[in-house]
Amino acid sequence: MSPVPTIIAKELRCFFVSPIFYIIGAVFLFIAGFLAHLMVVNAGQQALRLMQVQNVSAQLNLNDLVFRQVFLGLEMVLMFILPMLTMRLFAEERKLRTLELLLTSPIGINELVSAKFMSVLLIYLGLLGLTGITPLVLSLYTSFDWNPILTGYLALALQGGLFLAVGVLASTMTENQIVAAFLGFGLIFVIWLLGGLGDLLGNTPVGHFLSYLSFTEHFDRLVRGLLDTKDVVYYVTGTVLMLFIAHRIVDSHRW
Amino acid sequence: MINVENITKRYRTLTAIEKVTFTVKKGEILGFLGPNGAGKTTTMRILTCFTSPNEGTVQVAGFDCFEQALEVKKRIGYLPETPPLYHELTVMEYLLFVGRLKGLPSWRIPSRMDSVIEQVGLGEVRRRIIGHLSRGFRQRVGLAQALLHDPPVLILDEPTVGLDPKQIIEIRELIQSLVGSHTILLSTHILTEATAICQRVTIIHKGRIVAVDSPERLSARLRQSEKMSLTVKAPPPDWIERLRAFPGVMSVFQGPSIETCLIECKLGHDIREDLARFVVNQGIGLLELKTVSMSLEDVFLHLTQHDEPPPPTDPLTQEIL
Ligand SMILES: Nc1ncnc2c1ncn2[C@@H]1O[C@H](COP(=O)(O)OP(=O)(O)OP(=O)(O)O)[C@@H](O)[C@H]1O
Ligand SMILES: [Mg+2]
Repeated sequence: MSPVPTIIAKELRCFFVSPIFYIIGAVFLFIAGFLAHLMVVNAGQQALRLMQVQNVSAQLNLNDLVFRQVFLGLEMVLMFILPMLTMRLFAEERKLRTLELLLTSPIGINELVSAKFMSVLLIYLGLLGLTGITPLVLSLYTSFDWNPILTGYLALALQGGLFLAVGVLASTMTENQIVAAFLGFGLIFVIWLLGGLGDLLGNTPVGHFLSYLSFTEHFDRLVRGLLDTKDVVYYVTGTVLMLFIAHRIVDSHRW
Repeated sequence: MINVENITKRYRTLTAIEKVTFTVKKGEILGFLGPNGAGKTTTMRILTCFTSPNEGTVQVAGFDCFEQALEVKKRIGYLPETPPLYHELTVMEYLLFVGRLKGLPSWRIPSRMDSVIEQVGLGEVRRRIIGHLSRGFRQRVGLAQALLHDPPVLILDEPTVGLDPKQIIEIRELIQSLVGSHTILLSTHILTEATAICQRVTIIHKGRIVAVDSPERLSARLRQSEKMSLTVKAPPPDWIERLRAFPGVMSVFQGPSIETCLIECKLGHDIREDLARFVVNQGIGLLELKTVSMSLEDVFLHLTQHDEPPPPTDPLTQEIL
């Protein structure tokens, strides 16, 4: 058996017995559900108001009123929650000296880093899949355009992957899980700020470059239903780059 | 099997080990002895490719630790200083994980697990969660982990730490039974342990190797005088002074009781017969007269007390350093 599935299985086993995993899962699902609920109620009220004013049954755009808002809200939530999912991956191995076992076993560091990353990605995708209940249920009562929802989920998956890779990177930098979580959050925040800075600089080459580095513009495009390979490439290269740096850091512990 | 040449490891300004050179032959067991902070763990981490030396080369089973790390890692069973355990797994789950990690084929894992659990005496706790085990049992799980994939080379960092006396003897016997079929490097600061199980002992101090030899030859080499202890029934008040007057005697100390004294003479002067005659003539009642040989304990203290390692005067040491 190749070491990657072995490590993934062990990570999942450890996650399922740790309270932090259940807390994160519960918080994430609660916020996702609550956001959807708020937006649906809000949309309902708007529909009522429109009916009173115009006296016609209004056709509301649920994609704009509900789903986009939920996706944008979750984008923020992920910034806080995913570093907590990744914080233990390497920090704990270093603290408990189990990294010594992993690094003296016949496996490559790239296998180790990718297995760790894949374990949290699987967990995250599982949680994300559960939020898919909302559009499924809503589709029973009303109709809306599925395209932006699918690209929205793609955006959440890609963005989550990027955040998780940043979290893995942060976890290799310290023995302390709490520090790793804050570090991960800090790094994500900095990348986010780059986008704001890019907006400030506006229509200049530097501004465009900074906006490109940040995830916001890529996320927004996908959530609006625009599927562009450029954005997918951004997320994939970003994720691979973060994991590569994590690999270098683990390797540098030898010195 | 293990070839270490001139390795030096520096942590920022601190030099943990300096120009360490030694070899371990196939099927041999070498004891690594040294006080705290001597550099034992550092050396072992380099051998297992966990850390890299700043200078020097290491070969294990014919493979270079830097160039062919994967091949080296396949052939080493390593028990680190702190057993690398996942506290949320059970003993069986953990060993299964380690077996797969070490690349053991699936069909061999169950039988290997059974045999190491038997070897280190984990049968009663095999289904318990590691986090709930006592320290000694955790140490045994760590040892089981090192033995699991039946590697030709074993590197054990203080394997008997935290075990009860009965278990220490069992583990020592286990390690001895592996000698011959396995090449073993074992670190310890318990000297009796090194004497009991190792064919050769390396004494390392402040990052330098100060001696390599068999335990018996080490103590013989460092013996600089003959020591004997004499116990009598009714010691006369001036007996210490009179003993000092014997030819060849260098010093006489009283103790541990007033009836006993420790006599040190020049090498090659065995004055036991003279002492016996003296005691009988005086009529003070001979209770005990015996030579005191220098134990490995003394050798160890002798070699590690000095801040500077003793100059390599005799040819054997010269050759090694
Ligand atoms: N990661 C590290 N960073 C800095 N210094 C280190 C590190 N690891 C070890 N050292 C230093 O290197 C020296 C040798 O340590 P080492 O752990 O090899 O000693 P040891 O012989 O195993 O001691 P002990 O008997 O206490 O286990 C010590 O002075 C230690 O402080
Ligand atoms: Mg040590």
